[in-house]
Amino acid sequence: MSMFDGLKYRSVSSPIHSIDPRAKLVYVCVLFVISVLFSQLIPLLIILLIQVPLVVLARVKREWLRLLRGSTFFALLIFAMNVISLYFYGASQSIYSIIEHALAMSVRFIVLVESFSIFFLTTSPDMLGLSMEQMGVPYELCFAFTTAIRFIPVLAEEAQTIIDAQRARGLDLEGGNFMKRIRNYIPILIPLIVSAIRRSIELAEAMESRAWGATKKRTNLYVLNMRRRDYAFILLSLLMLAVSLYVWLAIRIPSLIQILEDLNIL
Amino acid sequence: MIEVDNVYFSYPNGVEVLKGVSLKINDGEFVAIMGQNGAGKTTLVKHFNGLLKPTRGRVLVDGVDTRHTTVAALARKVGFVFQNPDHQLFSETVEDEISFALRNFGFDEKVIRERVNWALNLLDLTQYRKVSPFMLSGGEKKRVALASVLAWDPKFLVLDEPTIGQDSYQKEKLKQFILHLNHQGKTVIIVTHDIEFVAECEPRVILMANGRIIADENARDVLTDPELISAASLVLPEVTQLFMRLNDLGFPRKVISVYEAKRLILERLRQVMC
Repeated sequence: MSMFDGLKYRSVSSPIHSIDPRAKLVYVCVLFVISVLFSQLIPLLIILLIQVPLVVLARVKREWLRLLRGSTFFALLIFAMNVISLYFYGASQSIYSIIEHALAMSVRFIVLVESFSIFFLTTSPDMLGLSMEQMGVPYELCFAFTTAIRFIPVLAEEAQTIIDAQRARGLDLEGGNFMKRIRNYIPILIPLIVSAIRRSIELAEAMESRAWGATKKRTNLYVLNMRRRDYAFILLSLLMLAVSLYVWLAIRIPSLIQILEDLNIL
Repeated sequence: MIEVDNVYFSYPNGVEVLKGVSLKINDGEFVAIMGQNGAGKTTLVKHFNGLLKPTRGRVLVDGVDTRHTTVAALARKVGFVFQNPDHQLFSETVEDEISFALRNFGFDEKVIRERVNWALNLLDLTQYRKVSPFMLSGGEKKRVALASVLAWDPKFLVLDEPTIGQDSYQKEKLKQFILHLNHQGKTVIIVTHDIEFVAECEPRVILMANGRIIADENARDVLTDPELISAASLVLPEVTQLFMRLNDLGFPRKVISVYEAKRLILERLRQVMC
């Protein structure tokens, strides 16, 4: 319903959807690494923009935009925290470079959200579990992982109900200062966690009563095969990693502030 | 008074749940909203305290348009008890749970203490005052949820599926309790599938199907109409089913109360005996 739609699998047919989950996993890992690698604004912005064509190709623009809109709150939070900590506790820098750095951190967060969202929007949880299993991950772990993912929308829906229930008791999520805002989430988090734990116990009991794990050797209905373009996608991802490693090691990345100063704008 | 004026509502995913609903609930009324799953019952009552705002049309609570005010302000008037108490309990003690809303509404401490005592007493929870709400049974949790809403004495009380998961003793108590509140002048709105419960309470019944109101009458007329009841995917009350079958013996069709049924049967027996 809300921003969580941006992490829920959308079953549409697109070239991105049909890429092998393992290849996409490599892509997400690469993006994760390079977005942590760089802490400057310019490369992070480039990474952010590089992914846009993928989103368009995967035909999940609407959900993706909604997720981005939903994550602006956290992005702003990260921005504010960085500005505050650097301004008061960091080594003395100009306010512009502080802002640039804080902005970079926010963009990094958005990049991470963006790449995870592309992955989850285009990969069905079943396929993901299957691919993990075929990579040799023990079935118990795969199962736990896919179940966790499958429960995200359920939890999101439940969170919405809890928010409604507490707002009906006069809880105001909007107002107040920063600390109060955080405290406001306690009446939502506690019921949510309690019910998640209860749900997991119920699930475990239901599974055991259906003889889960009775046979050691499992067979699968579907078997994943890597095709040429899956390898190409992996190759592309690795290329991206190589290029960024090269840039990171060999090139001094200019800050936006410097460029603007050189151009006499600031 | 709650006025719903030609309300349409669609969720963000585009599903239209309410398709032109109009109704008026006067002060002091007792109303049951019934209908099949997905008919839009809960969606409708969530408009009463502004949790949902109409996409078209408007909802007025005592003359105030819900689109132009906050949920917190509306909640002060419209108490809403959710179906599942697990969705709202979070405090360390029952006492804290009940005072949560009172603090949100800014009552002062002395009043809060009085109200908490009053609510604990009303719902027979005094012995659980210092107990964690998570340690209670399902029925007790439901009572804590109810107490936590009644504590601020809202003018309108909305109960979503109050009878689910309750044993017959608790149901009977709940019925007495609701009727008692209603006699004291509180407007009570229940959302339910439980036709036997409604037949016992005899409120005004609003029947919904596919996002529209298909009947809005007193319980006796709605609950004895086989076509309406099946359109809402419900089953006639058992007493009514019996009297439908006895109709060819000259019994009336419109019977929903067990006591009335007993009276009619005894009358007939006496006639036959004589």
